[in-house]
Amino acid sequence: MTVVPVIKRDYICNLAKQGKRVDGRKFEEYRKISIETKVVNKAEGSARVKIGNTQVLAGIKMDVGEPYPDTPESGVLTTAAELIPLASPDFESGPPQEDAIELARVVDRGVRESEVIELDKLCIEPNEKVWIIFLDIHILDYDGNLFDAASLASLAALSTATVPNKRFELGEDYPLPIREPPISCTSVKFDNFVVIDPSLDEDEIADARLTVATDNNGDIRAMQKGLNGSFTREEIQKVIKASLDNGKEIRRQLSEVTGK
Amino acid sequence: MKSDINLIDDNGKRLDGRGIDDLRNIKIEAGVLHRANGSCYLEWGGNKVLVAVYGPREAIPRHTQNSLRAIVNAKYNMAAFSVEDRKRPGPDRRSKEISKVISEALEKIILTEQFPRASIDVNIEVLDAEAGTRCAGLTAAGVALADAGIPMKDIPAACAAGKIAGKVVLDLGKEEDNYGDADLPVAISPRTDEILLLQMDGHLTLDEFNQAMDYAIKGCHIISEIQKKAILEKYQPKMEGQ
Amino acid sequence: MHDEKREIVFPSQILGDAKSNKAGKGTFIENGNIISERLGILNKNSNYLNVIPLKGRYEPVVGDFVIGIVEEALSAGWLVDINAPSPAFLHTEEVPWNVDFGATEKYLNSGDSLMAKVLKIDEQKKMQVTMKDRNLFKMNDGNIIEVEPSKVPRIIGKKGSMISLIKKYIRCRIFVGQNGRIWVDAKPENIERVKQIIDKIESEAITFGLTNRIEELLKKDVRNVQE
Repeated sequence: MTVVPVIKRDYICNLAKQGKRVDGRKFEEYRKISIETKVVNKAEGSARVKIGNTQVLAGIKMDVGEPYPDTPESGVLTTAAELIPLASPDFESGPPQEDAIELARVVDRGVRESEVIELDKLCIEPNEKVWIIFLDIHILDYDGNLFDAASLASLAALSTATVPNKRFELGEDYPLPIREPPISCTSVKFDNFVVIDPSLDEDEIADARLTVATDNNGDIRAMQKGLNGSFTREEIQKVIKASLDNGKEIRRQLSEVTGK
Repeated sequence: MKSDINLIDDNGKRLDGRGIDDLRNIKIEAGVLHRANGSCYLEWGGNKVLVAVYGPREAIPRHTQNSLRAIVNAKYNMAAFSVEDRKRPGPDRRSKEISKVISEALEKIILTEQFPRASIDVNIEVLDAEAGTRCAGLTAAGVALADAGIPMKDIPAACAAGKIAGKVVLDLGKEEDNYGDADLPVAISPRTDEILLLQMDGHLTLDEFNQAMDYAIKGCHIISEIQKKAILEKYQPKMEGQ
Repeated sequence: MHDEKREIVFPSQILGDAKSNKAGKGTFIENGNIISERLGILNKNSNYLNVIPLKGRYEPVVGDFVIGIVEEALSAGWLVDINAPSPAFLHTEEVPWNVDFGATEKYLNSGDSLMAKVLKIDEQKKMQVTMKDRNLFKMNDGNIIEVEPSKVPRIIGKKGSMISLIKKYIRCRIFVGQNGRIWVDAKPENIERVKQIIDKIESEAITFGLTNRIEELLKKDVRNVQE
């Protein structure tokens, strides 16, 4: 792992004391976000999201399979994330380490618990055949804040995915049925400063991380605290507010791109 | 099944309208990733490949270090969503074999003696697959290596030829790969025509093999021009102060 | 010799014949031709054909001044990351302090930044650095800016002209490491301004008239600050 120089951390904290961030953003400001959908032909759904220089590609593949025994008439979602060595000099090849696993599970929960996908509309034959949705997240360029980029790419891919009925000789293709998604916003804390959408430098010196997913009613749908630092109640309130504000804007941007 | 598909019609046109020695559309962009030392994004027909180069950097684990030169680690990987039936993430035997032959091709062309104990890591990700991914990967790797400033004797270019419906053709497309009679991926050093990678499966007479080699090498030369143009396009505008 | 035309060359490009020219840096000879081994700029210097790399990792040369980041304190010295293919070793004898064996952590620890000079490189490219040279010290303040090592000469300028230009308009201390790391110590706003200037030099390194444009930019900033 590359060692972060102590003076760099000091510099970032000194700037923060003056309310500034290294790239000139405000504490509650995101970098430029770009969303592109239908970028992989072979996939049933796909999207490439850039937040600053961070780039994530999410792909959806669908297959027919057996339902879970406790939900015999529901489709199945399975999420995997790969921190491929392409994306950073510090990512190693091999089976997913805990960072990749945490990332996949957090994105999965964000999608699953909020019932973004209408899984009950994905039953082909009760107890026998349902649609299995494979959501695969591929990190392409790591420059800070993988959680939000991965989450947004997943939502954009799902929002523009097609159920491949034709290929399985089950009729005509149709759009994957989805609902209004909650938007994930991640903040990190270093010293006593909390900033949203961490850049790579900020990610590297972060003591604690908090991801909050909010919906269009202003309600909270998912949360995850990471790393071994702590947050005060007050800090958590601030993070929720920043997540709500930015979440609204990001949802609007997503809607514009996907038409949903 | 084979007879249902007419791979070459009466006018000599293939399924996608190409002639027997036409390449699919190729688009190459150099320097597309922020973290990597060098990178390349390439589209070839329906293939979409992204390559990142890291290095020369310390070869880890230590026991893999070579005290005389750098080791070249090419890793070819297909994204789960890049193929018709979702592929389980992780290297399968096919990926490991392709990684090996690509590493060996690159070892010949990279001036590895300049970096003892180091490794040059070439990560090839296939994001969308449509026949000929190893040639697409190696071609993109050549550009990414140049973009990373790695010293090389040449920029390697790769292209496949094959046989369909009894005729030798250049650059097999998806159905041609599935229903054709032979597949011959080749990589060369365009300056000297040295063969760096060569694999073949199917059935070819000696004459057909020679014809296929000619086609593939010609294809490599055309691709070499596209690679060089992509590199110049990335760096030339900087000269004019844009 | 200042080259009028700056030509970009790539690996395998034939630069000239080996009879009337001599093979310089970044080239090799094959079949009587001098060929580029890198992506770079062609440079002709008294019959030598050189290729100045446009990109590439730092390749240490004995005598280079570098900025290192300590990776690990060992008993006889420290492993220092100098942005090269492997870390360099800094021996306890090569620092400005009297360090007892095993007491290395008292002086330098993981994450500390220091200025150093490349002392030795063996045939296996194992490197040693030293801090025993005037004006080399461990840095406690400021920030480190990372740039492409190949752009460092442009940032320094001919005989240090570019750096002097920056220091003329912005109050700061600057130490440029050949390994693509630049240390800047100044008021935070000034560190920001220096970073912006260096970023601009880096992205326009191979264009013409850069020095003038940079000077204009520096002058404009000063005027803005004074208004």
